[in-house]
Amino acid sequence: MSVPPRPADARRPHAFRASGRYSALRLLREALGGHQGWRRAWRKAEPRKEYQVVIVGGGGHGLATAYYLANHFGITDVAVVEKGPIGLGNVGRNTTIIRSTYYRPENIRFYDHSLRLWEGLEQELNFNAMVSQRGVVYTYHTDGQRDHMIRRANDMRLAGADCVELDRAALKALIPAISLDSGRFPVLGAFMQPRGGTVRHDAVAWGYARGASEAGVDIIEHCEVTGLRQANGRVTGVETTRGFIGAGTVCLAVAGHSSHLAGMAGIRLPIETHALQAFVSEAIKPFLDVVLMFGAGHFYISQSDKGGMVFGGAIDAHNTYAQRGTQWIAQEVAAEGVALLPALARLRILRQWAGVMDMTMDGTPIISKLPLDGLVMNGGWCYGGFKAIPAGGYTAAHLIAHGEAHPLTAHMDVGRFAAGLTVDEPGTGPFPWAH
Amino acid sequence: MSGPRRITTGLLTDASRPVEFSFDGRRVRGLHGDTVASALLADGARLVGRSFKYHRPRGIVTAGHEEPCALVDLQSADGPAPNRPATIVEIADGLEVVSQNRWPSLSFDLMAVNGLFAPLFSAGFYYKTFMWPGKAWERLFEPAIRRAAGLGVLDRAERGQQTTQPHTEEPVHDHTDVLVIGSGAAGLAAARRLAGSGVRVMLLERDVVAGGGTLLDPRWAAWRTAALEDIATDARLRVLTRTQVIGAYDHGVFAAVETLPPSAQGGGAAASPRERLRVIRTRRVLLATGANERWIACSGNDRPGVMQAGAALAYLRRYGVAVAERPVLFTNNDWAYESAVALHEAGVRIAAIVDPRPASAAAARATAVGITVHHGAMVTAIEGRREVRTVQVARSDGQALTTIQTDGVLLSGGHQPESALATQAGGSLQWREDLAAFAAVLPDRLGATAGAVAGSFGLAAATRDGEAAASRIAAVLGSTRAPDTRARSGTSPTDAPPADPETSPLLALWEVPGRGKAFVDLQHDVTVEDIRQAHREGYTHIEHAKRYSTHGMATDQGRIGGLLGAAVLAAARGQTLPEVGLPTPRPYIHPTTFGALAGGEVGAHLRPVRKFPAHASHVALDATFVPAGLWLRPLVYSQTPGWEPVLRESRAVREAVGVGDASSLGKVDVQGPDAARFLDYIYANRFSTLAVGKARYGIMLREDGCLLDDGTTSRLGERHFLLTTTTANHTAVLEHLEFQSQVVHPEWDVQLTDVTDQWAQFSIAGPRARDLLQRVMPGQDLSNTAVPFMAALPAHIAGVRGRLFRISFSGELAYEVAVPTDRADEVWNALLEAGRPLGVLPYGVDALNTLRTEKGHVTTAELDGNTTAYDLGFERMLKADGDYVGRVLARRPGLTSSTRRQLVGLRPIRKDAKLVAGAILVDPAAPKVNIGDVTSCTPSVLVEGWVGLGLLAGGRGRIGSRLLAVSPLHGESTEVEIITPHWFDPENARVRA
Amino acid sequence: MLRITCPHCGVRDEVEFRYRGDASVQRPPADADAAAFVAYVYERDNPRGWHHEWWYHAAGCRQYLQLWRHTVTHTIHAVGTATDTLTPPHGMVDR
Repeated sequence: MSVPPRPADARRPHAFRASGRYSALRLLREALGGHQGWRRAWRKAEPRKEYQVVIVGGGGHGLATAYYLANHFGITDVAVVEKGPIGLGNVGRNTTIIRSTYYRPENIRFYDHSLRLWEGLEQELNFNAMVSQRGVVYTYHTDGQRDHMIRRANDMRLAGADCVELDRAALKALIPAISLDSGRFPVLGAFMQPRGGTVRHDAVAWGYARGASEAGVDIIEHCEVTGLRQANGRVTGVETTRGFIGAGTVCLAVAGHSSHLAGMAGIRLPIETHALQAFVSEAIKPFLDVVLMFGAGHFYISQSDKGGMVFGGAIDAHNTYAQRGTQWIAQEVAAEGVALLPALARLRILRQWAGVMDMTMDGTPIISKLPLDGLVMNGGWCYGGFKAIPAGGYTAAHLIAHGEAHPLTAHMDVGRFAAGLTVDEPGTGPFPWAH
Repeated sequence: MSGPRRITTGLLTDASRPVEFSFDGRRVRGLHGDTVASALLADGARLVGRSFKYHRPRGIVTAGHEEPCALVDLQSADGPAPNRPATIVEIADGLEVVSQNRWPSLSFDLMAVNGLFAPLFSAGFYYKTFMWPGKAWERLFEPAIRRAAGLGVLDRAERGQQTTQPHTEEPVHDHTDVLVIGSGAAGLAAARRLAGSGVRVMLLERDVVAGGGTLLDPRWAAWRTAALEDIATDARLRVLTRTQVIGAYDHGVFAAVETLPPSAQGGGAAASPRERLRVIRTRRVLLATGANERWIACSGNDRPGVMQAGAALAYLRRYGVAVAERPVLFTNNDWAYESAVALHEAGVRIAAIVDPRPASAAAARATAVGITVHHGAMVTAIEGRREVRTVQVARSDGQALTTIQTDGVLLSGGHQPESALATQAGGSLQWREDLAAFAAVLPDRLGATAGAVAGSFGLAAATRDGEAAASRIAAVLGSTRAPDTRARSGTSPTDAPPADPETSPLLALWEVPGRGKAFVDLQHDVTVEDIRQAHREGYTHIEHAKRYSTHGMATDQGRIGGLLGAAVLAAARGQTLPEVGLPTPRPYIHPTTFGALAGGEVGAHLRPVRKFPAHASHVALDATFVPAGLWLRPLVYSQTPGWEPVLRESRAVREAVGVGDASSLGKVDVQGPDAARFLDYIYANRFSTLAVGKARYGIMLREDGCLLDDGTTSRLGERHFLLTTTTANHTAVLEHLEFQSQVVHPEWDVQLTDVTDQWAQFSIAGPRARDLLQRVMPGQDLSNTAVPFMAALPAHIAGVRGRLFRISFSGELAYEVAVPTDRADEVWNALLEAGRPLGVLPYGVDALNTLRTEKGHVTTAELDGNTTAYDLGFERMLKADGDYVGRVLARRPGLTSSTRRQLVGLRPIRKDAKLVAGAILVDPAAPKVNIGDVTSCTPSVLVEGWVGLGLLAGGRGRIGSRLLAVSPLHGESTEVEIITPHWFDPENARVRA
Repeated sequence: MLRITCPHCGVRDEVEFRYRGDASVQRPPADADAAAFVAYVYERDNPRGWHHEWWYHAAGCRQYLQLWRHTVTHTIHAVGTATDTLTPPHGMVDR
């Protein structure tokens, strides 16, 4: 199966009537007017009584789902309800990496489709999310690891994605600061996906919000869902802190909190919630030009366009809904960072924070109908939800519009657990804390 | 000698000890005790840095940790340390300090051209342009933006070993009852109250000396001295200066970084201070973290020479430096007057004080000593490019009042309690209208806040607050001894706390209308107009406005402008500050180096090393080692790359005999009346029927039905087994066994002991294995009758008491011997010595891989966590009756389907063709469809060419067919025949020989 | 970093332990159907609140401990051995 192209009937987005089209010329014009002419990027909508589709969660996936529904599937009677302000969950607190470096062909195809959508996103959204395809590099430290990465590279290339091998000299040329031999696990080489990279995360939420709002989607902030109303085995709407909102279809896009929302309908999901920490350093002049993943630990790092080193490590083992970091994981992460890039020792880390993740029992997301008619979910993203936003939104919109899974997400159905069709890339088994 | 602006004796500087350092190559002389900032100010410097976006000239704004502008790079032979606040770096002889973010020089910065385009560079401008054409972002715009952004410089090139030795020490672990953070009036008073109470106390101060605000008021010297003396009398009370708490974590855990003084760092010029991470566990915390003086948004409030009023006082008191010759003070509160009065008393002419309030107690005192105060007035513009020259003063109604010539502006918009730590620790913020600030409160179960952080401004008020908080905590912790140490010394007239001066209320003042840029974030160049534009575009929530404008995201984390920006946003929203709130403060309270967090566990010490008991013997045999988890395993006994040495070892096993070290296999001793029953439950196959003295290969499943691990387990006695695991899964299996034993079947009497490190285990494999073994086991009957295949018995090997197993992974006649670890080298060498006439070779992991691949035995390449017993052809091993882990879910349709990937053998059709581990198996008719993988492969010593193992969809049904093994990565495609994995000696005749 | 009071060893840092997941689910009897085992292995309440869970004192006594811990505040209500009967926090019932 090949990656389907964008639907031919997709409505090209809109003239940006409400917020005005962004361009260098517009910027110049506004500058002359003291920037008084800018208008709201998205409408601050009040809830109506009923919508064809209510999407719970104004994060990356919720907003993207709404955007694609309205702009590519012709369904504009859509509300996104968000308990706080939009974009402050995981889309606003991740390490901004995009890539399609997976083992299973079905995952490669899905995430590579996402990469393709990222590649045209700025033009589509008329919003510069700074998609930077600077390359994602993985070091390896044993022959066994190399073989494993060869397999992944081959899987990727066979599925139409890109991946190249770097020998030590090429790696050193690309990343002069890397320590190849002084560490506990000498670096034998690396693999790189050149099309991988980073995106300015906040801009993704804002860009999709603007594009959805322009197409008529109501984005309702500060509206917390407190219950799911159902009748005759079918969901009929959501109870919220701002009253009941009727809906033909309710889509949960609340990764991190999917269990909580599904629990309102009495559904137990194969998900645990865990925290993943991230860090940013002070801004420095260009130091690292790619995204770098340490193959002998849980450390990954890139440099934002502003100059800060953005990095992270392993998830916190225990279930938690607390968006805060721990000191001991910070120590581990820093040690691995210095082992790989010794010059980091003198760099000062500015902030530490955490996001809460839907960790599924097999590590694969869930874009699926749930066992209540009219209720679907786009969640279970584990620690990889950010890069999936375009494809996750697109395929969830497909599921809502057509009532059946997009071929790219056939393996993400929640029924896979009972059927024994789990997709467990690392092979760690049903232990989310070990993924 | 120590700068023209040094007008008096400082509390911290030693006039008898000059120190010389360099700033941008220029030699600067300061005094011992100076910071880079105080020495530069004493030297008359104004311009010390450039701003982030517009590259505007910037000076020194603060006297402490919250400095947003005067950030510098420190240079030394072992690499640069970027972005250090000049306001806290202590000078040392030879220290090289370099300014940042300018080219070619600080005074002539070409990047300042950005300032000309400032009207374009408004909030979020980059989200709206640079989008065309599509690829231009990475190629054109992004590199330019990256080069322009960033402040300091970190070496792009590795400097070798030097940089792998960060100047850090091991983390230190501390345990205490009460952690007092901040040693100002409140913290000192609290610690003093706790002295002698019997509780353990740690008092942390980030400054180089204890005292906080009391250091800036000479009237408090006696009290401070007495308090510190009282504290010193209690051995359970520790005071640590230079120790910055960086974060509050769960369950009373705090992290702090202690910076050692230059004198403790060895050598003269230490670029990167030695740091020590402290992880502190405490029962209660008492936060006395003080407050930060905040900024006022007025035009030109970023010019070099504009400084916090309190900072000017600090430079005078601490270092004897007058920051300006005729400064102007612009304040909305009485506390800031102290700076002007102190400078005046030290002989500095105060040009004027500008105060929007009609009158105040402090103003009356200032007027009384002859300082001009403009009441009801505001500074509308601060002018001058590289340094302040004039300020424009207007009446509150906007009417111009006067122009004042000046060389420095002291700003004070009031104070915001340093509340970040309190918030992280679980406290909350309360709006205080009288202070126009958020004060921090901590619930009793966690501790307390005291002093300025709690909204108690004034040193005397802070001492009372600190004492009261300490008493509450002492009562909760059940201290029985009298806690009040004032009985000893505190009531003597010389050290009674001086009274606070009378103060009038402040007037909340955030922004002065005017033309020109008025900054709310100095480092990130965020202006009031940027905040308003963010609001206009719908980024109205404080977190949105922050992210869109980057306000408060610089290295100072909004310490001096955060509340100001929130106030501007509140005004735009037409709401109050409490309605708008502040962004959530995250760790770190102060930026923290990677090095401090990493400690010494970096480079070669990132993880411990596990060596085989006979490691020295392997080294002596010239082994190449491979990491396997923490283990170092002998890969091949040669330093020569390539297959030749590996195949030589493999051939020795096939044709004569080889000796290998398998000591990293996990070994678990299983005992108890229910041991056999337990193993029947753990393994998918049966162990209760195993005879004493025999071993059996077993497979264990996870509860989800996939294979967890495999290995041989031996019955040493009726109720005694020895279970082995693979090297990779040792820890996971042990945890699994304990879970099943303790949690699922606690009623069974089973004892598990990990004995992995107790035994060295060697395999002796090959047709001459028995001959070899006989030579080190004289008198032992090794016949098939006495030691049949899968026998397991106690034995003496080379005179060492151990165990003998007849098991084989290579497919040859083979034994494994286990001996106590301390006899490992001795037995290993005896085996090789005895085997010499037989042609023995030691063999490593690579040779073992060749041998087991030929034999069709699986390892972690095939046991990848997804394979099932069915996939590997083990389904006949699954017990038909009785419960075992994974039994039910292993039967799910998805796990038993014949279309799943199944283990197969592989052989290239062309005998000169290589196989690639990681190649993909495809049908030539559908060359893009992945139907399997090459999991293991090797040149064969049994047959011509390469052989391999693979996992192939419906593999058993494809035996005999031809497929392609493709490696697009290498541009290779090899035609292979699918064969049974057990093509070599399927009857096990060799094994049983 | 959590501080866990091990009934055998005393108060210890989180780093000595390995988390082992939800303790409210119990292995079905051997003759239960696949659905029961699917629920046991995969389905979780995943509460935003009090959570009954297993911790393995890997670097200590190697005993499994059960905890009631709050997943937002991380407050630990109770710790017990594998066979103890713990009193759940107020209002909580175990599955």
